[in-house]
Amino acid sequence: MEKKTKIHAEENRQDLIITREFDLPVELLFKAYTEPEIVAQWMGTKVVKLESKKYGAWQFETSDPNGNIVFKANGVIHDFIPNEKIVRTFEMDNSNFAPQLEFLEFEKLSDDTSKLTMQIIYKSIEHRTTQLKLPFAQGLNMAHNRLEEILLNLK
Amino acid sequence: METRRDVFQAIADPTRRAILSLVALQAMTPGAIAANFDSSRQTISKHIQILSECELLHQTQNGREIYYHLNPQKMKEIDSFIEPFRKMWDERFDKLEAIMKNYKK
Repeated sequence: MEKKTKIHAEENRQDLIITREFDLPVELLFKAYTEPEIVAQWMGTKVVKLESKKYGAWQFETSDPNGNIVFKANGVIHDFIPNEKIVRTFEMDNSNFAPQLEFLEFEKLSDDTSKLTMQIIYKSIEHRTTQLKLPFAQGLNMAHNRLEEILLNLK
Repeated sequence: METRRDVFQAIADPTRRAILSLVALQAMTPGAIAANFDSSRQTISKHIQILSECELLHQTQNGREIYYHLNPQKMKEIDSFIEPFRKMWDERFDKLEAIMKNYKK
């Protein structure tokens, strides 16, 4: 099974598509997106709020090891169909980036495998380029290191 | 003020991308490149200059003629700029999968 995460970012477009297949039943894949404590673990962030329902809102806060908040994001949920799809917005607080629109589709491949397709739509082509380059930015790296720590401690 | 050209801005322009695909096939003189476009020779010159500044093109002199070549190394860099973003998601999803394997339906 092709397990690698794929990014499909066509030139001259302001959206991109992320796909990934999982060795998980679609119900568990979906659950990883809806339970605040699970989202906190794999996203490496504090989940301040996550109302997993239509018209719900969400809010994340990521701190560095000294407790300073380095990253805050929020959004609202536009559509929520269990084990099928989530449509939501994503906005970084205190940044110049416009909110983005995310379509998440959850698909059952077999009883034990599933596929996630995530389409992200940005305000402009330029905004997409900036976001693609963002993983270089320190804030997210820091969040990432914290996540590694948490998982190492679990073992 | 643009002291250093951004390679991503350079390839955002359709004419410049067309120039890149032309010289990818063979090294060309500025005149031969311009002959493929309706724009003025001056406009095309400007595009070539931008592409050269960000090292997507490099030039060689052959007698009196200047030839522009594609710099494949630089093109490869552009190709791989998505990789850290992809890797970030890949690692997140690996964690998600590892965590969820401990859960039951």
